[in-house]
Amino acid sequence: MTIEDQKITEIKPEDLISNVRDMHGNGFRLVQIGCGKYDETFEINYSFEKDYKFENLRISITEGIEIPSVSDIYWGAFIYENEMHDLYGVNVKGINLDFKGNLIKTSIKNPFNVKVTKTDKKNNAESKKEEN
Amino acid sequence: MSRRVVVPFGPQHPVLPEPIHLDLVLEDEHVVEAIPSIGYVHRGLEKLVEIREYKDYVFIAERICGICSFIHSLAYCQGIENIMDVDVPPRAHYLRTIWSEYSRMHSHLLWMGLFADSMGFENLFMNSWRLREKVLDAMEETTGGRVIQSSCKVGGVRKDISDSKLKEMILDLEKMAPEIEELNNVFFDESTVKHRTKGIGMLSKEEAYDLGAVGPTARGSGIAIDIRDTGYAAYGDLDFKPVTENGCDCYSRCMVRAKEVLQSIDLIKQAAENIPSGDIEIKVKGNPDGEYFSRVEQPRGECVHYIKGNGKKFIQRERVRTPTLTNIPPLVKMLAGCEMADVPVIVLSIDPCIGCAER
Repeated sequence: MTIEDQKITEIKPEDLISNVRDMHGNGFRLVQIGCGKYDETFEINYSFEKDYKFENLRISITEGIEIPSVSDIYWGAFIYENEMHDLYGVNVKGINLDFKGNLIKTSIKNPFNVKVTKTDKKNNAESKKEEN
Repeated sequence: MSRRVVVPFGPQHPVLPEPIHLDLVLEDEHVVEAIPSIGYVHRGLEKLVEIREYKDYVFIAERICGICSFIHSLAYCQGIENIMDVDVPPRAHYLRTIWSEYSRMHSHLLWMGLFADSMGFENLFMNSWRLREKVLDAMEETTGGRVIQSSCKVGGVRKDISDSKLKEMILDLEKMAPEIEELNNVFFDESTVKHRTKGIGMLSKEEAYDLGAVGPTARGSGIAIDIRDTGYAAYGDLDFKPVTENGCDCYSRCMVRAKEVLQSIDLIKQAAENIPSGDIEIKVKGNPDGEYFSRVEQPRGECVHYIKGNGKKFIQRERVRTPTLTNIPPLVKMLAGCEMADVPVIVLSIDPCIGCAER
């Protein structure tokens, strides 16, 4: 088994565009943009690869903070940025193809921005039982 | 200038196995722009990590997709094993590789059938699926499941394959190889296929790289990106070189997949002949504390499972970036400028798996 060397660099949100531009300039392809919410902080990873060298840029923001889109650098980034907006409610400014919350249709708004507990699950199951 | 009209394509369409919607902006019969919409089968599977123990979540990871199910479970287990520094027995790595390649064969043959169907070539469709059945039979005989195998677990695999069965599998694959070659030759040489695929859905090497294309979509444009090259599971021990084509069209993407079926046979044979003896799993104690981007090569391309744990039995975050999701922007590029009649073939050429893409 090969354990891949994976570099994660934490950067400030205001440095995002310049860093992503550098990655693009150095010939890295965009692998993915993924968000996660830990307590009150959104952690967003921008993953890149060149010749199987895997590198990540990471920004951390709090709710309500707007981040710039990287879709004018990597055109295909719109798919990840819209996904991040629809699932977490992260505001991304200037997406080249902005679905305005309609890329992923969910029954509740920003479902991944909600903490699910076993009690919630039990209550949902009980309320469904009552409905039936 | 011709009048522009918007024609909706999907989410329900005879050629689409799964729902994706495209707004096609047309000028006469030419597509000027294609705007994709997904979200019809979003299940929120990633969110379930918060209420499922990490060892049990492998069963959910496997259900992200009904085609590359085994490889999803492998990616997830590999991620957890890397975080926890678990040394998986070598035999388990080989078994994982064998099942991964069977999954690739079954996925590619399924796609070849659907692709033939998208061109109205029914006989070719049935022949592709006839061969796929043999692959599914082998999966069922060795794991107990045709589509969902549940044979991968954190720390190894649940089932072993006996040496006699491995020999039998090699013989079966040797018998199957000429049939696949014959099938491939129809895709490569038949004038109907060439007419519908050559020069259609162009995606240059530069565009493919810049738009983040992966898998046969990238390799059909001459980009030799294949995560198997990083040597995960037992791939590092096998003789492997990514299949690439330089045509940048639907025909090239088809050729890559067709050749990869034969390549999978070769990889299974190599793995079955060189599989080491020994344990197939190791007991895993404790909970994952750390993070890892687990990357594997699915039939449709690179798949990333990002896993983050904090030492508790529930994972904090599992983010899955599937190949179809990243192949949507290249698809949008391919569709711009094509003829309306070619849209089904071009859409099929990325082998869209929307269940995967939406999770």
